[in-house]
This record gives sequence, structure tokens and C-alpha cells, in this order.
Amino acid sequence: MKSNLQVFIKGIIDVSPFMIPVVPFGLIFGILAIDIGFSPLATMGMSLIIFGGASQIVLLQLFSGGASSLIIVSSVGAVNSRHLLYGAVISEHVSDLRLIWKIIISYFLIDQAFALSNEYFKKNQDRNKYFHLIGGGVTCWVIWQSSTFLGIILGEAIPEKLGLNFAVPLTFLALLVNDFRKVINVIVIIISGLVATLGYNFIPYKAYVIVAGLTGLFVAWILTNKIKKI
Amino acid sequence: MSEWVLIVSCGIITFLTRFSMIALLKKEMFNDRARQVLSYVPTAIFPAIIFPAIFLDDTGLIQIEDNPKILAALIAMIIGIMTKNIIATIFSGLASYWFLIFVV
Repeated sequence: MKSNLQVFIKGIIDVSPFMIPVVPFGLIFGILAIDIGFSPLATMGMSLIIFGGASQIVLLQLFSGGASSLIIVSSVGAVNSRHLLYGAVISEHVSDLRLIWKIIISYFLIDQAFALSNEYFKKNQDRNKYFHLIGGGVTCWVIWQSSTFLGIILGEAIPEKLGLNFAVPLTFLALLVNDFRKVINVIVIIISGLVATLGYNFIPYKAYVIVAGLTGLFVAWILTNKIKKI
Repeated sequence: MSEWVLIVSCGIITFLTRFSMIALLKKEMFNDRARQVLSYVPTAIFPAIIFPAIFLDDTGLIQIEDNPKILAALIAMIIGIMTKNIIATIFSGLASYWFLIFVV
């Protein structure tokens, strides 16, 4: 059996190539948060406390649009509902661990670390395999905090005219690049996008992210159901 | 101060979505069907951020004509489909946008 440190380092090595896109994402977050008027301390606090790129950007987007706290928090919850799946998948591998480890693992359970450690867990049965996820999570944590910090510094210097707001849809678009070749995914994307755009002014309390997301999920449910029957 | 309440609340909800299943489940609770649908969450939610940010102007009205963001997003999408590269997608979109607003 490999030592804890060896497994931890394996996690760092496996996740590293996937850290390159995290840098611009963190920079953009830092720059925009400063632009919107958050203090450097609050911006850093978001990255430290929330530690989730999509959640933090959704928070900024809705906050700058004047949504209420309740809507912001529930939209962040909706964006995060994919983590329920990650947790459910990971749980069988960590069910014997002490609570404190479960808490630590939960904090570091981000998209990239989940995807890679899930592969590792399938192939390895060692008791200390969870150090792989912590290695990947810690790596992402360091990159995320430093790029946020750099973004804060840049945000003080970059003029608003550059239109960096536009980096928000681009970043999320980039996260969907693997979806555009699949028919069901494209249909879900278009319907969710239309509901959000057309409903932006009509759906009360700026709940358009939740409403459009649930509509999209419902469509995915129907479409995957149909295909199963054929 | 209320800004910190908001940040901490968002942190708690993020943590809870990650922690709840790990803490509560002993064995797998979701069947394959539920997993399959949950795997569509990013596909279903991200467009709700993308589309309004492209098609709506600062006042929240739909703006189709004279909107450089649409063309820039299309270019980014094509680059994204071709390269499957996150950074190439973001920067091709930003570069096209800057070209359209500052040069054209």
C-alpha cells in the first residue's frame, strides 16, 4: 500500500493539467468582484468561504442585478445541486471515515477533483485512497486563492470599459464545450437559455436561474426517458 | 455587514450540498436514472447565466441588433467545439468582442 503522502501527491499530479483553466476563471472572478464594488477582503472571503467558481460567479451576477439574498442563496444552491451527485458517488468510498475527514473532503469536493478521484477510487481499494481527493482539492484551492488574489490586484487597475462582464457568459460557455455535440444537451441548453432570457423580466425575484435550470432538468428527464424507451 | 451574511450563507449552502450526501448515505441512494438526470445539472443551469448575459442589455431588455456579444459568443462557441479547450474558448470570445467594440 502506498503511503498517505504518496497518494496525496498522486492526486496533485493527476489534477494539475486541469488547473490551467482555473487561473483565468479565478482572475475574472477577482476582477469582477472588485468592479461590482466588493472590498478586496470580501472578495478573498468569498473564495475562502465558498470555494466554488460557479457559485461565486452566480453570486456576483445576481448581486449586481439587485436580487435579494434569499434568491442569491437559493440560486447558488441550484447551481450546486450537481454536488449532491458527487457526494452520492463518493460516499461509498468514504463511508468508514471519521466525521472530521468527511467535513474536510466535502470542502474540497470540487468538479475537477471529483472527476479524477472518482476514477482513482474505482481502480484502488487502499484504505487511504481518499488522500487522492484531498491532494487534488488542495491543489485547486491554492490555484483558486492565488488567482483570486491576483484578480483583486488587477481589478483595481483594469478600467471598466474593457467590458470584462462579458467574460462571465464566456467562462460558462467554455464549461459546456463538450455538450455541443450531443443532441439532448443542445436542446436542454437552448430551452434553459430561452426561459432565462425571456423570463428575466417576468419571473419574480430574479429567480430566473432556478426556474430555467429546473425547466432544463425537466426537459433532460423527459428526453432521456424517451430515448430509453426507443 | 449584510454582505458577509450573504457570503457565509452561500458558503454554507455550497458546503451542505457537498456534505449532505457524504454524511447521510451509507450505501448508494440514487438509482441510475436519478444519476443520469443529475448529470444534466450543469447543462441545464449554465445557459441560464450565459443567455441573459449575451442577449440582454444593461437595462434587461432583449437586444438582438447591434449587439457584438452575440457574434463574439458564436465565435467562442465554434472555437470551443473545434478545440474543446476552455482557455481558447474564453479568449477567442473576449478577443472577438474587443475587436468588435474597439476596432470595427
